[in-house]
Amino acid sequence: MALTKEEVLHVAQLARLALEPGEVELFTRQLNDILAYVEKLQELDTSGVTPMAHVIPVFNAFREDEVKTGLDRDAALDNAPGREEGSFVVPRII
Amino acid sequence: MEYEAIIGLEIHAELLTASKIFCGCATTFGAPPNTQVCEVCLGMPGSLPVLNQKAVEFALKMALATDCRINEESVFARKNYFYPDLPKGYQISQYELPLAEHGHLDIRAGGETRRIGITRIHLEEDAGKLIHSEHRPVSFVDFNRTGVPLIEIVSEPDMRTPEEAVEYFKGLRNILLYLGICDGNMEEGSLRCDANISLRPMGQSEFGTKAELKNMNSFRFVKQALEYEIKRQRALLEAGKEIVQETRLWDTAQGQTASMRGKEETHDYRYFPDPDLVPVRIEAAWLEDLKAGLPELPTAKGQRFQEQYGLPAYDAEVLTGDKALADYFEACVKEFPQPKQVSNWIMVELLRELKTQDAGIAACPVTPGALGKLLALVEKGTISGSLAKKVFEEMWATGKDPEAIVKEKGLEQISDAGALEAAAQEILAAHPKEVADYQAGKTKVMGFFVGQLMRKTKGQANPQLANEIFQRLLE
Amino acid sequence: MTDALYSLSISELAPLLARREVSPVEVTEQLLERIERLDGALHAYLTVDGAGARAQAKEAEARLGQGEATPLTGIPMALKDVLITRGLRTTCASRILENFVPPFDATVCAKLRQAGAVFLGKVNMDEFAMGSSTENSAFGPTHNPWNRECIPGGSSGGSAAAVAADFCIASLGSDTGGSIRQPACHCGVVGLKPTYGRVSRYGLVAYASSLDQIGPLTKEVRDAALLLNCIAGHDHRDSTSLDAAVPDYLEGLGRGIKGLKIGVPREYFGAGLNPEVDAAVQNALKTLEGLGAELVEVSLPHSEYAVAVYYLVAVAEASSNLARYDGVKYGFRGEGRNLLEMYGATRTQGFGAEVRRRIMLGTYALSAGYYDAYYRKGSQVRALIRGDFETAFEKCEAVATPVSPTPAFRLGEKVSDPLTMYLSDIFTISANLAGIPGISVPCGFSASGLPIGLQLMGPPLGEATLLQAAYAFEQATDWHRRKPQL
Repeated sequence: MALTKEEVLHVAQLARLALEPGEVELFTRQLNDILAYVEKLQELDTSGVTPMAHVIPVFNAFREDEVKTGLDRDAALDNAPGREEGSFVVPRII
Repeated sequence: MEYEAIIGLEIHAELLTASKIFCGCATTFGAPPNTQVCEVCLGMPGSLPVLNQKAVEFALKMALATDCRINEESVFARKNYFYPDLPKGYQISQYELPLAEHGHLDIRAGGETRRIGITRIHLEEDAGKLIHSEHRPVSFVDFNRTGVPLIEIVSEPDMRTPEEAVEYFKGLRNILLYLGICDGNMEEGSLRCDANISLRPMGQSEFGTKAELKNMNSFRFVKQALEYEIKRQRALLEAGKEIVQETRLWDTAQGQTASMRGKEETHDYRYFPDPDLVPVRIEAAWLEDLKAGLPELPTAKGQRFQEQYGLPAYDAEVLTGDKALADYFEACVKEFPQPKQVSNWIMVELLRELKTQDAGIAACPVTPGALGKLLALVEKGTISGSLAKKVFEEMWATGKDPEAIVKEKGLEQISDAGALEAAAQEILAAHPKEVADYQAGKTKVMGFFVGQLMRKTKGQANPQLANEIFQRLLE
Repeated sequence: MTDALYSLSISELAPLLARREVSPVEVTEQLLERIERLDGALHAYLTVDGAGARAQAKEAEARLGQGEATPLTGIPMALKDVLITRGLRTTCASRILENFVPPFDATVCAKLRQAGAVFLGKVNMDEFAMGSSTENSAFGPTHNPWNRECIPGGSSGGSAAAVAADFCIASLGSDTGGSIRQPACHCGVVGLKPTYGRVSRYGLVAYASSLDQIGPLTKEVRDAALLLNCIAGHDHRDSTSLDAAVPDYLEGLGRGIKGLKIGVPREYFGAGLNPEVDAAVQNALKTLEGLGAELVEVSLPHSEYAVAVYYLVAVAEASSNLARYDGVKYGFRGEGRNLLEMYGATRTQGFGAEVRRRIMLGTYALSAGYYDAYYRKGSQVRALIRGDFETAFEKCEAVATPVSPTPAFRLGEKVSDPLTMYLSDIFTISANLAGIPGISVPCGFSASGLPIGLQLMGPPLGEATLLQAAYAFEQATDWHRRKPQL
């Protein structure tokens, strides 16, 4: 399953990464190397094998429906790259 | 060519838990921006989600109330996409193993009962609020709503008309309110509805291409949007054009649906099980407890209203169509144990007044007890039925007790035969032609005489008595 | 004033503190001075918090005076910069968090604070823990104290170097594919990765959620046991943490390993293993035998697939975990006329090449049409790898292997070929995939003076046995006493 440059650009778009022109080639090559390597997994017959989640299965990790003190607004906004009167500010969608 | 519409609804209901689904922040609506947040719901590095048990409980109740099959084990999954109101860059939802599947809701439409299938009910977290600035190219983000628990209820594409869709939506909302797990407030966004609709030629089994409709925040808009969409799609199909699979927003001002994007951006959500959460295993004992603790649901209540109060099916349906209305009815019957009269009054006068005021029963200022007293006054004969309506309006406007209003305005029914007789004789004297007509056999003229007497006594004459007196005088 | 307090371990220093022979303020001061003077050459630290450390040292002194101390009270530590520390800059060695100051504490940090430890500062790492050499740090690599031209290992390179160079008494790092054990090995110190879920991940900036664990890097095994005592345990804020009792890991440490069955997996000793590493590890196995252990041959047949599984499962989870770095709520924001441009600029300029590469790989592995072939398949093979260990542990109580196929390579040697770099994780990755604990202890040196490590892995919640075995080995050898010349 070799990745084409178009697919690399598509994946980059999905991940909101803007690749520089030189990088597209490099990444395509490197990703293909890695993908060729991981192909070896296809050698294994895994029919009927349950995908692994946790080593010691845990279930029902619940919490009570209790209100706890969170962050005060200043603490919440302290690291915000853009803030205005209690809100986070971002550039317009379009 | 005859087309039929295939409609499915996806409903999101905010659950009435005190705290958010994965953290302890409050869920109250309307707080100042970013005052109900913490590192978890802000998606700060290193934070982790922990599931609110009550959210699971509420979701299970809805699943039980809609006859769903509860999955023994269910798993949370990440739905990955980028948007400013989604702090982690993914929404924690459920994908392959939802909490519940394969339920149904029976609705009445077009005089028939139809069973609408429910494909699945799953839990997920709500996103924040994005407010676009009008003057500058920026948007403001408030994360208070991020992490509020939602259940998503997905129906089978079983509905065939906008009416059915609205009935289904109303029915679901009713159950949510009956269960006390959602406040059903569509203006505030605690209950949202998206619709999928396609057309296909009658007789064809394959589905056509569907459009997804959003932004319909009332029953009326759901109906209008679906009606518009049916017209739009039919016009396209009849012109030989194709339906584009897209998301369309309902525009109330224009009365139409409009495509959301120039070019549809297909989402690849890259779902995978969330490794920060562990599966939910529902034990049979827990389900049994929940089942036993379910309140009386609309269908059962409707049945009981017919049996216990001797109400016809229609009355029962109208009254139980709204839990608050049903409760109001029963409280009123406690005060005035004549169920059919109470039912009539509520269905006619009360609902009319609510409609005029564009209010829900919660906003009705007349308490069930006060209404009961009013009806008791009518039965006693203290006031006439027609005047009772006026008194009711006054009660609504002033919040005063019916006795007080009757006294203040001197509206007591006149049942003094002597007083009425005098007035009756005046009327007969003033209308000799009508008297002659009556005596000639036109018994309908009685209505005229009684009407005149009512006018003369400002509606306070006891109509039965008036009738008797006139009959006697005219013999 | 006692000289070279900085060169002590926790186990050596704690009694001095408890007996009030030495003050935590003294130790802290010595370390701060040493860091200032010598870390320029190694670059272990990203942030030194002199003010904070001094304040904590004072508090510790007071507690020691009141007799309300724990073994960790007054012990100055370095924390890998992947751990969230309230009020103290936490960067994950990334531009995208260069100025991020968290408003909350990781659970392990809160526990350490409660125990009275002193935080000297935050140490260097591969960006977002993605790497095996600390060369992927956005702020420059850390150098191996034993040979400055070599890597210290990664991703907890700063932690390992700081411990080896006596720039702290002990450190906490994180391990997703070997990131504690491998740098510990390359720097000649002890490194422990606990069972998955043994230590809370709350406040550990996530790389691969189902593989990450926090663990100690220390100068001797006893210190690791001590730190594990403090940080292990169920945390209600981490749904994946285990609700299992925490034993006293110090108790029984000196029990010895007579009769302990130690498995030697044939797949870890073959072609590609550096002969010096092979020799040192074989020697170590002999030492273990000499101490009474019984060596048993075992097989872990799916070992050859571990790296492939890791570079599907870990990167997939990482691609999702790193989606939150979007310039909206915190961290670096790139310029853009609209949202899309802002996202692109933020994440392209904010993330280094290796991070972007792994995000791309992970996004692809999860994308429509590939989920089954990649992520799901990887998770299935993962179950097979765990199965291998389950079978092996029917025959033994621990498994002994090398930590790294070679001693520390030179800085810049492997940066141009990611795949080669990935393959160097081959011995440590399986423990993360299987969720089992693993410890690295020094077991020798290469001819050129670079440390070599021995790895012991155990069944889930088998830390006590691992620590006992490691302790027995350590006490019977001298490797851990050697210090690099700075």
